[in-house]
Amino acid sequence: MSAGANKGPAAVGQVRARRTFLDRAWRGLKTAPPTAWFGMIVILGYFILALGAPWISPYGQAQVFDTPYSPAFYEAGWDPHFLLGTDQLGRDMLTRLIYGARNTIGIAIATTLLSFFIGGSLGILAAILRGWFEQLLSRLVDILMAIPSLIFSLMLLSIFGSNIPNIIFIIAVLDATRVFRLARAVAMNVVVMDYVEAAQLRGERLGWVMRREILPNILPPLVAEFGLRFCFVFLTIASLSFLGVGIQPPTADWGSMVRENATLITYGSITPLLPAGAIALLTVAVNFVVDWFLHKTSGLRDEH
Amino acid sequence: MSTKKTSQQAGREKGEVLLEIRDLRIEGFADDIWNPIVNGVDITLKRGEVLGLIGESGAGKSTIGLAAMGFARPGCRISGGSIVFDGLDLRAASEDTRRGLRGSRISYVAQSAAASFNPAHKLIDQTIETALTHHIYDRAKATQDAVDLYRRLQLPSPETIGERYPHQVSGGQLQRAMTAMAMSCRPDLIIFDEPTTALDVTTQVEVLAAIRDVVDQFNTAAIYITHDLAVVAQMADRIIVLRYGNTVEEADTRKMLKQPKEEYTRSLWAVRKLYKEEKPGEDIVLRVHDVDASYGGAVKVLQDVTVQVPRGRTVAVVGESGSGKSTLARVITGLLPPTKGEIYFNGEPLPPALKARDKKTLQRIQMIYQMPDTALNPRHTVRDVIGRPLDFYLGLKGAASDRRVSELLKLIELDDSFIDRLPSELSGGQKQRVCIARALAADPELIICDEVTSALDQIVQEGILRLLMKLQSELNVSYLFITHDIATVEAISDEIVVMYQGKLVQQGLKTKVLKPPHPAYTELLLSSVPQMDPDWLTNLLEHRKKTGAMQAAGN
Repeated sequence: MSAGANKGPAAVGQVRARRTFLDRAWRGLKTAPPTAWFGMIVILGYFILALGAPWISPYGQAQVFDTPYSPAFYEAGWDPHFLLGTDQLGRDMLTRLIYGARNTIGIAIATTLLSFFIGGSLGILAAILRGWFEQLLSRLVDILMAIPSLIFSLMLLSIFGSNIPNIIFIIAVLDATRVFRLARAVAMNVVVMDYVEAAQLRGERLGWVMRREILPNILPPLVAEFGLRFCFVFLTIASLSFLGVGIQPPTADWGSMVRENATLITYGSITPLLPAGAIALLTVAVNFVVDWFLHKTSGLRDEH
Repeated sequence: MSTKKTSQQAGREKGEVLLEIRDLRIEGFADDIWNPIVNGVDITLKRGEVLGLIGESGAGKSTIGLAAMGFARPGCRISGGSIVFDGLDLRAASEDTRRGLRGSRISYVAQSAAASFNPAHKLIDQTIETALTHHIYDRAKATQDAVDLYRRLQLPSPETIGERYPHQVSGGQLQRAMTAMAMSCRPDLIIFDEPTTALDVTTQVEVLAAIRDVVDQFNTAAIYITHDLAVVAQMADRIIVLRYGNTVEEADTRKMLKQPKEEYTRSLWAVRKLYKEEKPGEDIVLRVHDVDASYGGAVKVLQDVTVQVPRGRTVAVVGESGSGKSTLARVITGLLPPTKGEIYFNGEPLPPALKARDKKTLQRIQMIYQMPDTALNPRHTVRDVIGRPLDFYLGLKGAASDRRVSELLKLIELDDSFIDRLPSELSGGQKQRVCIARALAADPELIICDEVTSALDQIVQEGILRLLMKLQSELNVSYLFITHDIATVEAISDEIVVMYQGKLVQQGLKTKVLKPPHPAYTELLLSSVPQMDPDWLTNLLEHRKKTGAMQAAGN
């Protein structure tokens, strides 16, 4: 068939341009449903707020004014200096909401990345090595998963002290169990492929086989899972902060903001719901995008 | 519903037109446009007639086969023409009407029975399912009928085999069970889509005989789709040759075999004409000495196997599935260290385990796999695939690597436009060529070819075999060629090793092994290869009946 296609060598580099990543991404975006677009716009908005917090917010996150519990613009007795009012110590709510985006999202991303690094690499490794290594890790993961993770992390944080590195590390390790299971399961399907055997016959190192042969082929489900896990991590951090062992004051974060202002609910103010709403909106937005991505990569729809 | 009754009452007289397809056009959706797959094919099929559809992959055979049921695969649409089945226009009929016909009056036997059976249900339940759904028999009657069909299809212990699950029977038995399933409603038409392509020759003979027999007994019309001319010659009364969705030639089987009119039809014969003069070799590259191997447990998959591969020669290892051919390859590559015996490479003992071998050793033994689809990483471009061994073994990077990739592409008769393609953008034959280039990139002395042509159709096979022969004469590389296809063996080997149940049956120069008298197993293997003679199967079955001893040797 191809014998006729042999027209002598052309210079290398003059070859037909392959669809670049950007090109493919654009083609994907064009077909995205409105929910996915909504999700992407919201996420983008959050990221702008998070990155630009020092410039966008009117005050510093720990700046205290002498007017605690100042009402927000939709309430009687509003002080125009504070759009959303102040909290129990007299810190500007709007400022703390914006900084909260930065702190909470930043920590959530770091945690999720770490948990995917740990869970993903161990999962692929278990799929390749099998035998006792896989058994040991899998049983260990079973044990960790048998303990309710919120209570477990509460306990660990009380033991090791709740500072940001500890939070990131503990939640990441506990969350990595789920990533491990997924990565191991999908990698198992790839490991049996002849091209993995071919790489092993070539004498490739373990790291290369994991990174170049297996990882690109299991990436779609992992990326989809990344979005979901990001939401859960985010909620876990908010819950821990709400319970008082998460991010410590005066660092602003949404979970502890809900807790600190919870008493206002009894006075009919909806201000404590604002950080809660911020959490909810981001979670919904991420889920929309993940749903779309999952649908695109799961092969539910025949693309040809 | 009324049509069904009349057809059964009317009986099955030969000669009456059953299926008439006129100017059939089918399109498939790709790259945002509808591309034609089938461009105006006419088919007339009479009751009780068997029609062979033949052509290379992509010719539209399977698509036409499905269209005969009024069905188009997802992503395809029937865009023109008419399909009239027993007076009913399938294109105009409602989906409900068509679904009523499928299974009961038109049925389908797929290529891979293993993938088509539900592993969670017993064979008997799946065999009678259609009959029950269409309310043709009650359960007891249907079961009885299925047992009868099993018996007619010569399945072992027909009364009880239905109680087994799909994984508990062999591939050939499963394919026959699927034929029983298709037969369960006594359809007027059965479409066989490459039913024996996945089977090895000795099993293929049994399945072909059973299918032909049962189709004949019930006087069922059939469309038999395959890329193997010798097979279709046994089965079909009439043959249509297809290419790129067009009819190339249509004729009665005997006439077509004797005097093919078109150049393309003649080229389908080509692989059977390929022949290499054997040359004995003195300089031994690889010597496998007295090797045993097992996958744990007491069962020896290989037993006392000794094989020699001379430099620049091709040694073919033949045998049916389960004979230990592929295990031998695993032992040589070090994936499965032998439990006994040694392997010598250029006279030096080879470390048994893969991990103990150094880069230089690994470089000299390369492997090409059966399925190019799974042998190439779908996320790596051709440049990555061929460039990696260049970097890994020879340290070539950047422009030097690209230049060598370009040379290798030329060697495998592809041009530079392929360099940035992903495997999904290549055809089956092109993929296999890229696999060959990857093996060559390492500059090896021995290439193990594990069934490299069995997943490809005839014309592509010929191209690959020619390429391998050309490369051997240019580069003096040795091949250990594992296959179950005797035609391939005859074409390219210098020496032949026959294996059966993990043991060597015979070993020697090609002409010696192929010349009678043979050991019983070699005889069985050789006689099972379909010939281009339409009477071959009939004669073979008669001959085997007379000399019942042959079967015993095989089983």
